[in-house]
Amino acid sequence: MAKLIELKGISKSYDGEKVIDSMDLYIRDKEFITFLGPSGCGKTTTLRIIGGFETADEGQVYFDGVDISDVPAYKRQVNTVFQKYALFPHLNVYENIAFPLRIKKLPEDEIRTRVTDMLKMVALVGFENKSVSTLSGGQQQRVAIARALVSHPRVLLLDEPLGALDLKLRKDMQNELKSIQQAIGITFVYVTHDQEEALSMSDTVVVMADGEIQQIGTPTDIYNEPKNAFVADFIGESNIIDGVMLEDKRVKFASHVFDCVDGGYDKNEAVDVVIRPEDVDVVAPDKGMLQGQVTAVTFKGVHYEIIVDIKGFKWMIQSTDYVEPDAIIGLYIEPDAIHIMKKSKYSGMFGDYSSFSDEIDQLSDADAALEF
Amino acid sequence: MKKKRSLMQYICAAPHIFWAVLFIVLPLIIVLGYAFTDADGNFSFSNITSLTDYAPIFGLSLELAIIATAVCLFIGYPLAYFIAKAKPRTQKILIMLLMLPMWTNLLIRTYSIMAILDDGGFLNSLLNTSFHIVGTKGAVIFGMVYDFLPYMVLPIYTCISKIDKNMWEAAADLGCSPVTTLVKVIFPLSMSGIISGVTMVLVPSISTFYISQKLGGGTFELIGDTIERQFVTGALNVGAAISLVMMILILISIGIMNKFSDEDGGIIV
Repeated sequence: MAKLIELKGISKSYDGEKVIDSMDLYIRDKEFITFLGPSGCGKTTTLRIIGGFETADEGQVYFDGVDISDVPAYKRQVNTVFQKYALFPHLNVYENIAFPLRIKKLPEDEIRTRVTDMLKMVALVGFENKSVSTLSGGQQQRVAIARALVSHPRVLLLDEPLGALDLKLRKDMQNELKSIQQAIGITFVYVTHDQEEALSMSDTVVVMADGEIQQIGTPTDIYNEPKNAFVADFIGESNIIDGVMLEDKRVKFASHVFDCVDGGYDKNEAVDVVIRPEDVDVVAPDKGMLQGQVTAVTFKGVHYEIIVDIKGFKWMIQSTDYVEPDAIIGLYIEPDAIHIMKKSKYSGMFGDYSSFSDEIDQLSDADAALEF
Repeated sequence: MKKKRSLMQYICAAPHIFWAVLFIVLPLIIVLGYAFTDADGNFSFSNITSLTDYAPIFGLSLELAIIATAVCLFIGYPLAYFIAKAKPRTQKILIMLLMLPMWTNLLIRTYSIMAILDDGGFLNSLLNTSFHIVGTKGAVIFGMVYDFLPYMVLPIYTCISKIDKNMWEAAADLGCSPVTTLVKVIFPLSMSGIISGVTMVLVPSISTFYISQKLGGGTFELIGDTIERQFVTGALNVGAAISLVMMILILISIGIMNKFSDEDGGIIV
């Protein structure tokens, strides 16, 4: 797929605070790409620079090979679904969707055909004459999508469009958005802080933090092969342990030497080891590679979330089998469940469940007990 | 939605209710009483029927008030838009400048305009000319615009500055140039501000007597002057009748405007 949008050396500061730091990125035609990151990571600003609502301090934006850095928003072939929908309250549903076509002064019968098609696509037939303020959040969202798509843009920008919806509706809309994107075959650039949303909808995920791109990849790559501790922690739950790479496919952590599948590191190089909670098997203490004491067990519906203290480091394990708190258990880890990452500036900041909320309760209880 | 009011709410409202009854409701009843009685206190429609004599004055008042309101809107809307789009700090300064003349009494301001525009006034002596301004309709309209312009700008400014920032961006996103955005989105969305502004300028312009007396130079009479003259000369009944008709006309026009705003985008986000 060809490059449709390209950002080259984009930087942006607000009041001396760098929000985006010399970012390079390209977006391919017809892909569903998601900017994922915590608030303040620069994802929305990047989207707004593509939309033309912000101008980058440095760098260029290319659209289809043409530099559009100085082209105002209203002349760009991209449309936006805003976080708070931004529907026009003085127009009804039909006129909201027809708005961009009227600006282009299209003939009335073409407007009617196109708006009707859009209403069908977002399942709002029969709502034409309703005032947008009487619609539910989900319906307003659909109107906003229809309005953004009616003029057939090449790219649709979506700024946390599902943030205001409740969980159930959000899931439905995720599927709907994905199928709309596949049906009309245009590029979607999606901004969210919800990692699950990003993984389930995207072709490509761009993980951002502190104004920098941490990793770009498919959802499976991002989940299975996180590049650093930030990505590993932000995408799902992770135990991130200090380790030493003894040689290719041999890593030592938690005072135990494990077989793994990664290589290409220096001999005895310090690394971060990522182990996903669902990849750890709970076994009898004598059969485990590691032994630890259970400090907390929380029922989560599908599985139990178990916090285990292994030599002072708290691990999170997800298991469908219940274990007693305070029990000593063994842990068994398959070689392909161990993922090795190079040390980064995020090393040591994430992946220890000592500060996990349940634990904090325990700590304060312990403090209270000491007071007696 | 009916809600039972608590005793506290009644207590809080009591001072104003007392005030309103004493100084608004009672006087209105008295006006009503005077309007439908003759000089001897007998019930009569003669005051109302005699009002046809004043039709030309009503007409002139309405004409000048409408022109003044239109001029205020024409000057005020762009100004309000400009202020609303300025930086927050600049907005504060501009609004203060706009309010500044209102710190001076209306009568004094009107007097000053008269002193400036008079035949032998400041302007003519400065330019060494002999423009005849005071005593023309133009001078009266100028006075109305000068005195009431802030009442047009403030509600429109408030309305525009309350419009969600996203509306501008959404309009631009959907292909509107800045001018189209103003015409297709911002103007309709500020309709309720325009309606309040128009009401707040039109009503005092119709009923003003001071501006027309001073800047009209005594050459023509507006309905406010007529009412004043009736009361000063002791013709309370006719004065009351004219006032009553004025009030009803104003109520009707406010009613029409409110209806208009409800239908045409009076919804503020």
